[in-house]
Amino acid sequence: MPHTLTISQLTDKLAQGELTSREATQACLDRIAAVDGQLNAFLSHDPEDALAQADAADAARAAGEIKPLLGVPIAMKDVIAVNGHPLNCASKILGDFNSPYDATVTQKLCEAGAVIFGRVNMDEFAMGSSTENSAFGPSRNPWDTGRIPGGSSGGSAVAVVADECIASIGSDTGGSIRQPAALCGCVGLKPTYGRVSRYGLVAFASSLDQIGPLTKDVRDAAIMLGVIAGEDQRDSTNVPEPVPDYTAALTGDIKGLKIGLPKEYQVDGLDPEVKAATDAAVAELEKQGAEVKEISLPHTEYAIATYYIIATAAASANLARFEGVRYGARVDGASPEQMNRATRGAGFGEEVKRRIILGTYVLSSGYYDAYYLRAQKARTLIRQDFLNAFKEVDLIASPTTPTPAFKIGEKSGDPLQMYLSDIFTISCNLAGLCGISVPCGFSKEGLPLGLQLLGKPFGEPNLLRAAHAYEQATDWHTKRPQLA
Amino acid sequence: MEYEAVIGLETHVQLRTRTKMWCGCVNEYGAEANTNVCPVCLGLPGVLPVPNAEALRKTALTGMLLNCNVPSYAKWDRKNYFYPDNPKNYQLTQLDFPSTIEGFVEFEFGDGTERVRINRAHLEEDVGKSTHFADHSGVDFNRAGVPLLEIVTEPDLTGADMAYEYLNALKAILEYGGVSDCDMEKGQVRCDVNISVRPIGQTKLGEKIEIKNMNSFSGVRRAATYEIERQIGVLREGGTLIQETRRWDDAVGVTESMRTKEDAHDYRYFPDPDLMPHAPSEEWLAEIRASVMELPLARKQRLIADYHLPASDAEVFVGDAALGDYFEVAAKGAKNPKAVANWVMNNLQAKLTETGGSVADLNFEASAVGELVGLVEGGQISSKIAQDVFVEMFESGKSPTTIVEEKGLSQVSDSGELEAFCNEAIEANPGPAEDFRNGKEAALNFLKGQVMKASRGKANPQMVGELLKKILGS
Repeated sequence: MPHTLTISQLTDKLAQGELTSREATQACLDRIAAVDGQLNAFLSHDPEDALAQADAADAARAAGEIKPLLGVPIAMKDVIAVNGHPLNCASKILGDFNSPYDATVTQKLCEAGAVIFGRVNMDEFAMGSSTENSAFGPSRNPWDTGRIPGGSSGGSAVAVVADECIASIGSDTGGSIRQPAALCGCVGLKPTYGRVSRYGLVAFASSLDQIGPLTKDVRDAAIMLGVIAGEDQRDSTNVPEPVPDYTAALTGDIKGLKIGLPKEYQVDGLDPEVKAATDAAVAELEKQGAEVKEISLPHTEYAIATYYIIATAAASANLARFEGVRYGARVDGASPEQMNRATRGAGFGEEVKRRIILGTYVLSSGYYDAYYLRAQKARTLIRQDFLNAFKEVDLIASPTTPTPAFKIGEKSGDPLQMYLSDIFTISCNLAGLCGISVPCGFSKEGLPLGLQLLGKPFGEPNLLRAAHAYEQATDWHTKRPQLA
Repeated sequence: MEYEAVIGLETHVQLRTRTKMWCGCVNEYGAEANTNVCPVCLGLPGVLPVPNAEALRKTALTGMLLNCNVPSYAKWDRKNYFYPDNPKNYQLTQLDFPSTIEGFVEFEFGDGTERVRINRAHLEEDVGKSTHFADHSGVDFNRAGVPLLEIVTEPDLTGADMAYEYLNALKAILEYGGVSDCDMEKGQVRCDVNISVRPIGQTKLGEKIEIKNMNSFSGVRRAATYEIERQIGVLREGGTLIQETRRWDDAVGVTESMRTKEDAHDYRYFPDPDLMPHAPSEEWLAEIRASVMELPLARKQRLIADYHLPASDAEVFVGDAALGDYFEVAAKGAKNPKAVANWVMNNLQAKLTETGGSVADLNFEASAVGELVGLVEGGQISSKIAQDVFVEMFESGKSPTTIVEEKGLSQVSDSGELEAFCNEAIEANPGPAEDFRNGKEAALNFLKGQVMKASRGKANPQMVGELLKKILGS
């Protein structure tokens, strides 16, 4: 069952000659054929291309090459450019567009020897928390296919949990990696803003977006981050901080590590089962020697409003390029303006239109100061809250989501309810922190729950250390859904 | 009631850089459509801009040449508008923290020197170029992402001619700094003209009318002339002006309304999150400051003051900076710099035109020209001989002194020798000698010519004249 392996397990077997990359890749392809009909994690995949990459990896290994991901099948969120492959952002507006270039992350994965295959589903342009906003139909939660898998990187989480790939790449603007990881039961890591190059990631909100891995355990997240992190001259917001060996941080020793619990996170609507699972997880960390204390993040209540102003403003400009002039779908019109209107009217889904309109509004003459400028100031205060807290603690713990996965259609008629489900994850992006979600239990209905840990900028080693220590003491991450 | 015009100009100038503003594509004019393009300048999904260091440097240099401040913080903003030639449908520009601010340009106008204040010179990106065919349009994105400097004046210009002279002065400065080629034919300079009129004595500005997208300086002058008259005419007839954007129809020679303030774009500017603010370091600024060159007007004034050149000569050397540099080396220590200037402008220029070369190609130093003029001025050779020496300098690269010595071209100033030449000439030409004695002054020139001929040009002409007069008068 090579498709069920973690990266570290698979690379061990590949190194020992017990398995080939072709076998592992074929196993993933077979698994997709078997289960993806009910999950809809993959928008497209090219078996021939995947197997050719696998063969090349096997040949390289035979020639003595050693690379961290040599021969490991990785699924890619449909928002990251892979040369020669479709790039749709789960939207109709890109039509039959194929990317003519590689994202930096794609390049780094290639250099590390990964088999990059498949385009996994997401909320259109990464806007959403359920993957219901995909123009190609929602992905389904493998634990209950009547429920959403979270989003926007829903396909990335589903593909990992359903063992359709070994690991996947997602992107996180307000929780889009951590939230689906929590709701599906895998590990999701959002690196510090500037840690991973955004070149080739189709921008939703440029100052919040960050690429990260979704994996079967914490060690795999550390391996993936080590590959994709690092300096990139093509991204001016990338920080040239040296990349440490993240796996070296996985010592299992968290004695003396200080963990903060924000008192403002005791919100209405927090599911008691979620709360209980989080409390138990924190108790486990404490048992292992971490010091737990309450902290305050006084501007928490402004986070969602701040986020939806900053993110939508950026999106309204970032998505302006999709109008059918140079690429993608085009609906003809009598003038360029009419062509724009017709193309964008037909090409974008409801949620994307809603956010473009919101973003256009907050940037409009006469409203800029009241909305955008104030949101920028609020963002500074929110960031300051965290930097102050991190003077007292090393990490901050909370639930990843206020509830387990909800039913498909349950919140899609109420955008505001949907936005509120991002309450615990959004601040991390506003403050430019790193964060991780690890499985921490199941609800009575058998739905996965996630523990979120947040770290200071470039504090990934501590983040991974604590997540790994917790994971070592539990077996939640090893549970797999039964799929017909 | 008398009216006056108030004009401000926004001039867009393409910077001369090797590559475009945000990507590695070549910045060149005239390539086949859509060949100098890449994912970044085409605005493909997922791409990010990276600032061009050369463009930042040239922007700061321009600021210094325009006497601007270069602030320690500049940032980028997105200007949002949809147009097919605008790849991202937002243009990256600098709204409230531009790279350079608050300078001025000085230029000659009328009898004096005018100073126009510069509000800012900020950096932005050019867009593609649309071409309209019978039933469709095409866009060439070769120009998209070319660094564009927008130089904005305060409303200090008072007339069409003044605007015209300002633009010429600005162009000269930018060319001098090597910042832009300012080639109008290639669309490297484009102008928006803001014009209002008001009764003389009124401090409040009138309604501003903007004429967009002018691509020639003479067009600016004509459009401004027309527009000032039109606005005054409207007010004289009791009409009112409204703030609007107009376009200049060059063929008909009129401006016509494009849009009024009500339909003005809301560009929804906001800071670009993909680019970090630019914070120039002291070292960086110092390095650029060290490369600041003298401005055309300052050089002209200095050439007139230091070398006693007439303005027309100084303008020649300002207009051709390399020739001007050459002159200044040649004239170093010269007793008569004007004579050196004449040699450089006439003989040297003629020779360069003939050979199709430039001063950089010459195989003798500029100081050799000074030396040659010195020989003439000192009476060692005649100016006619100097011409021959000059030709020889071109061929051999030898110094004038060496040539004169080697060829024995030194002027004969020995009065005994000259007297012999003079007597021979008088004897051989009794008629003209008689004519001179009878008061026909012109006859002397004929005799002088004979002496020069006999001496093969080496006789000192001034001494010959004096000697002839002395002999014939005795």
